[in-house]
Amino acid sequence: MSAVATGAAPARPRAAGFVVRVLHEPAALVGGLIVLFFIAVALAAPLIAPYDPNASDWMAIRQAPDAAHWFGTDDLGRDILSRIIYGTRASLAAGIVAIVVAVLIGVPLGLLAGYAGGIVDVLISRLADAFLAMPFLVLAIALAAFLGPSLQNAMVAIGLSATPIFVRLARGQTLVVCAEDYIAAARSQGIGPVTIMLGHVLPNILPPIVVQASLTMAVAVLAEASLAFLGLGQVPPDASWGSMLDVARQFLGEAPWMAIWPGAAIIVLVIGFNLLGDGCNDALSPWRGD
Amino acid sequence: MVSLLLRRFAVALPTLLLVSMLVFSLQKLLPGDPALALAGEERSPEVIEYLREHYRLNDPVPVQYAAWLGNLLQGDFGTSIRTRLPIGTMLIEKLPVTIELALLSMAVALLIGLPFGIIAALRPGSWLDYGASVFSLAGLSIPHFWLGIMLILLFSVHLGWLPAGGYVPFSENPLANLRGMAMPALVLGTGAAAVIMRHTRSAMLQALSQDFIRTARAKGVERRRIVLRHALPNALIPVVTLGTLQFGELLAGAVLTEQVFSIPGFGKMIVDGVFSRDYAVVQAVVLCTAAIFLLMSLAADLAYGLLNPRLRS
Repeated sequence: MSAVATGAAPARPRAAGFVVRVLHEPAALVGGLIVLFFIAVALAAPLIAPYDPNASDWMAIRQAPDAAHWFGTDDLGRDILSRIIYGTRASLAAGIVAIVVAVLIGVPLGLLAGYAGGIVDVLISRLADAFLAMPFLVLAIALAAFLGPSLQNAMVAIGLSATPIFVRLARGQTLVVCAEDYIAAARSQGIGPVTIMLGHVLPNILPPIVVQASLTMAVAVLAEASLAFLGLGQVPPDASWGSMLDVARQFLGEAPWMAIWPGAAIIVLVIGFNLLGDGCNDALSPWRGD
Repeated sequence: MVSLLLRRFAVALPTLLLVSMLVFSLQKLLPGDPALALAGEERSPEVIEYLREHYRLNDPVPVQYAAWLGNLLQGDFGTSIRTRLPIGTMLIEKLPVTIELALLSMAVALLIGLPFGIIAALRPGSWLDYGASVFSLAGLSIPHFWLGIMLILLFSVHLGWLPAGGYVPFSENPLANLRGMAMPALVLGTGAAAVIMRHTRSAMLQALSQDFIRTARAKGVERRRIVLRHALPNALIPVVTLGTLQFGELLAGAVLTEQVFSIPGFGKMIVDGVFSRDYAVVQAVVLCTAAIFLLMSLAADLAYGLLNPRLRS
């Protein structure tokens, strides 16, 4: 979990300007197109998958890639391409739900810590530090183990593990924004703290949070694949790239294609999110005064 | 310098205490009777009674936590329901294996990350720089376990050069140990190399743009000397700090690598604990990993203080 958005100086409340800048970043464009491609694949899975992903063909067990099965078949004679297409749903859902959990918990806590200060800040910050002291994957594995193996629990585990990053980021950005004159002006007009936080601070801290969300999506997709590889994610027979790799490990000599394609899918999607995040980060740089 | 360390230590201790609370509260996520859940597959009344007694499950939660923490402070992490061994003994046995893997991976990461980061900074915009960027993006995007599987496919299944898994202690047979650790170290090291390469490049670019480098150039100092004697020592300060933190990350990253290569280390211990529902083992590994992580953060502060002349004085 080394990729962290580095927004430091006050961002300006121009989300539209941010989007325009992102569209001018080649890395963000390429990353965005990759991510859009996978979203389209996930949505159109029933239409484009050549076979039922869970249907076994006992006459085609561990069949090498050919015209009938472009990516070959697995140990139960299931079409690997169809399973990868359906597996996109698990990976994207895990990434999206995990980020939603992390943002919905982390951003309000960070906002509150940065705005309220004092003992509230100390308590929230120390709690975030304690979470951050537990390495991301180890914490996600432990949470998934205690919650029980399922895709839903894996998503929650990954989301909770990613939460402290958003607490830290939102808190830091809130501290910067709160030092601005317009916040002092809003306070002097008697505007309440909740209105200031939601109406004035939150819109200003959103761009770096969007950047961080994209970078964390890459980490979340990797984490979901890792948990599924360990048997803590999507429960068989439903397709998941990580669990496909776990099975493939047993047949490396006889059917290497079982391992190659799911891994390639993970890499391309993660590269997409990383490029999108890096591009967004570059687009954010002028606002930070870099 | 000493006061800085003491201050950091004063922050680390309560953080570790909070971590212990969080790790303890993991038990509360278990559905149903915690004694039955903690017993996992084991259903004998003696074991369930032992767990109820050991974790004081009939007492209020704060009392349970105090008893659990008290045991931990005396080095008693409980007993594994799978191996029936004291978890503390298992930790002492497994930790050196993972530390060896992390050290070898760090060596790989430094051997790749440092030179390529420096070269990329010396020739920004060149194909070498782009190559380093591509490597660094790949290092951050390729799952360790997949890279491990691919290396096994190539070096073990097809070429037969290296063993696909297993562990031979260094003290028994150094060569067999290093042959067995080569692929896992490469797998784990490439991810860390990507991070070190990125930071080395940016730190070198920053150091090379400083006034003292311009002055050295103006005085006619040769380029090699400027890079090695003037820019590099300054660029290395943040990189050493980062490398220390990366060591903590490597210990965590070992979880999947050890699983793929069947290395009986710290990471495999948590996975085995998960599979056999040996929750006390899972808690112990999470807590120890966090303690090591905090220790590495302190070491990073110490390294930064020692290398930075302004802090040293």
